[in-house]
Amino acid sequence: MKKNNLISIIVIIGLIIAASIWYGRNNHLLPVAAGDEALLYDGLFNTILAIAFGFFLVVEGVLIYSIVKFRHRKGDDTDGPAIHENLKLEIAWTAIPTVIVMWVAIYSFDVYTAMQGTQDMSGMAHGGMHQTVAQAENKTGNKKSGMPIANATLASANSEGVLMAGTLPAGMGDVVNIDVSAMQFAWIFNYPNEIATAELHVPVGKKIRLNMTAVDVLHAFWVPQLRIKQDVIPGRSTYLEFTPRVVGEYPVVCAELCGAYHGGMRTTMVIDTPEDYSTWLKEQQEVASNDPEAIVASRSTSQMSEQEYLAGKLAQIGDDHHMMHMSH
Amino acid sequence: MTQILTPTQSSGAIAEPQKTLWWEFFTFSVDHKIIGIQYLVTSFIFYLIGGVLASIVRAELATPDSDLIDPAFYNSVFTMHGTIMIFLWIVPAVTGGFGNYLVPLMIGARDMAFPRLNAIAFWLTIPAGLLLMSSFFFGPASSGWTAYPPLSILTNEHLGQAVWILSILLVGTSSILAGVNFLVTIWSMRMPGMDLFSMPLFCWAMMATSVLVILATPVLAGAMVLLGFDLLIGTNFFNPTGGGDPVVYQHLFWFYSHPAVYVMVLPVFGIISEVLPPHSRKPIFGYKAIAYSSMMICALGLFVWAHHMFTSGTPDWLRIFFMVATLLVAVPTGIKVFSWVATLWGGKLRLESPLLFAMGFISTFLIGGLSGVMLGSAPIDIHVHDTYFVVAHFHYVLFGGSVFGIYAGLYHWFPKMTGRMLNEFWGKVHFVLTFIGMHLTFGPMHILGLQGMPRRVAQYDPQFAPINVICTIGAFILAISTIPFIINAVYSWFKGDLAPANPWNALTMEWTTSSPPIPHNWIGNPVLISGPYDYGEEYKETIKEALKEAIATSHPAT
Repeated sequence: MKKNNLISIIVIIGLIIAASIWYGRNNHLLPVAAGDEALLYDGLFNTILAIAFGFFLVVEGVLIYSIVKFRHRKGDDTDGPAIHENLKLEIAWTAIPTVIVMWVAIYSFDVYTAMQGTQDMSGMAHGGMHQTVAQAENKTGNKKSGMPIANATLASANSEGVLMAGTLPAGMGDVVNIDVSAMQFAWIFNYPNEIATAELHVPVGKKIRLNMTAVDVLHAFWVPQLRIKQDVIPGRSTYLEFTPRVVGEYPVVCAELCGAYHGGMRTTMVIDTPEDYSTWLKEQQEVASNDPEAIVASRSTSQMSEQEYLAGKLAQIGDDHHMMHMSH
Repeated sequence: MTQILTPTQSSGAIAEPQKTLWWEFFTFSVDHKIIGIQYLVTSFIFYLIGGVLASIVRAELATPDSDLIDPAFYNSVFTMHGTIMIFLWIVPAVTGGFGNYLVPLMIGARDMAFPRLNAIAFWLTIPAGLLLMSSFFFGPASSGWTAYPPLSILTNEHLGQAVWILSILLVGTSSILAGVNFLVTIWSMRMPGMDLFSMPLFCWAMMATSVLVILATPVLAGAMVLLGFDLLIGTNFFNPTGGGDPVVYQHLFWFYSHPAVYVMVLPVFGIISEVLPPHSRKPIFGYKAIAYSSMMICALGLFVWAHHMFTSGTPDWLRIFFMVATLLVAVPTGIKVFSWVATLWGGKLRLESPLLFAMGFISTFLIGGLSGVMLGSAPIDIHVHDTYFVVAHFHYVLFGGSVFGIYAGLYHWFPKMTGRMLNEFWGKVHFVLTFIGMHLTFGPMHILGLQGMPRRVAQYDPQFAPINVICTIGAFILAISTIPFIINAVYSWFKGDLAPANPWNALTMEWTTSSPPIPHNWIGNPVLISGPYDYGEEYKETIKEALKEAIATSHPAT
């Protein structure tokens, strides 16, 4: 009897672990991963989800089993057994979650460091973990920097979502810098040479750095397919770095409540092939040199959404910092 | 059934009041039981108002376009929904309501330590609520319940925002007064023979809650005063145009508002620990672990606030610190969940409304807790911060957690509070509707957030429309689910079956007096017969006799 119990417990635990791992790999909860950072994110997300799913199955399973097995039967007025505690069991369910959450913390920290790329971590300079990760990054970075392999290729070779030592830091010259200005209720993207657009275009495989400021209230830059988000704050500049890896169009969403039309503060991010990107830049260059105030002139006005029209209007007054309060 | 009141030990009790009259519920009463019920009824009314607002939000979100109400008013609606549900429903219901009613009864005291202060605390929430409601006449606050500047300073609803700040200051003051009162009461008014480790776990939970309230609420008050200055007299504490820093506000706000989550859920943990043992006929499993875990949550809860600010541009080392602290909260919370499940294991589960809601609490709160661990991980949070994933998470904690726990408590203590039993059939209907509505409304929101839908929007990408329709249907089921409860509660209060002193054969002190208890709780002195959770076969016979005797001596003979 006792042996049978033990076997069934082992079988049940095995099934739960198998189900959790399966769910971690097949949950399809996240949209397509369009950036290198998104792959790291998905690896972490799926791992934590699998662990959470395991705990979910255990506790819900016990609850359902209890309802069936331990429900009060008619005519039975007795109490259950007077069990007050079980020290071993309690130590186990304190220690095991502690170990798991600390492991999750370390894994998260690793992914966090890798996703942040060159973000300044000077405050954590004593953290051993960080240093090792950073060194690994540097080594690979030095080794590969001369090789003509696109980051996207490397990243997709790692599409398992397994933790890798960060995206390859591109040489400083390789970083595409774009200035982002957020305002009620539009995004303006400023490229070098006076190019300003309402749509964000980035080349695939290159490190992108967005330098962001807000004109009026708090906003937040979010591209769900990149799994990154950063508040855009008036009076200070924040930034985001990422490496696009899948060509396509993705939504840019404002994620911080910014007023009545917060839900409409959306635009598109286009991840271009390098060729398309340079063509697009050239077009914008021409537009900008013809009419420095044009923002969305690459399309005819009739095709412009209300959103883009608004963006164009706002951009004209965007630099005017006295315009702190847009009322609607 | 007339009661002939014959005090068995009339030691000096010359004209002890024997009955609470109905009109006393509408007065500045200092009786903790009246104040408790005043809190519960008032907050439940606000729950219904908040629920109407939630239904409006869900109706607007049934379609991707902003087509039902004006988008600016939409922002006001969800702002008021959040504010009312937090500050006028859950906080007052679980601390003021259950705390006031139960703590003195559970520790064998005649009242709270400071009865007048207690009444003042309650009567502060009335003007606060009325003020907040009045803002519907001139445009309510519309910058979210978080009221982040500069949006809250530059708002068009200037007056609404000012009124909002004032009412938060009032309920905050009320909270602090109540917190002090609970702490002193629990610490110094326990009956002889009841030490800290033999008091019911609800009292432990209230102690942890009160510590949080006292330490954290003043910081919110400070933030509100400064925000009010920025709004009304043009100072620049948080306004970047004048050199202020909006992120400082976020620190001050969340220093209170994260612990506020534990203020809303710790007393409910206490309720669950009280409801499970008598209805599963087993002792609570791991008393000391549950008691200590409340204190651990209290301590850790003070150091996790910046996990609400992972995307705010806080320094990296800060994000790491708050990530680790946040993840650690899972440990004491896990201890509680495992201990509750172990309490049920092997019991004789009486699957009536109180236990159904308590088990419903465990099963739904678990999901909120697990998604909380996911959110605690900084990189995971950065993607889903300010999305519907977070909305799903905190509704699983505050609805699946707090509200389910409140219902479990109401079904459990209704007989004690009113002297009448609730109808069991309609209780089950209420549970089934609430359970289905809850998962239908909030479950799919996890997917919405992960897929890319931000929160606090009146219009959204049409690809999310089908899932939003499911959520809206769920919300309407939830709205309907309250109807059987309201009818059941009102009808039973007047016409329900009379409740005996101890309908559940429970062992905590409140069940040793009559239902409802007399104004001074016990005739003669209360008698401590057993530990609060000494259920189980071994103890049964001896305790049963002693309990009968105690009830006979300490409440009016029939």
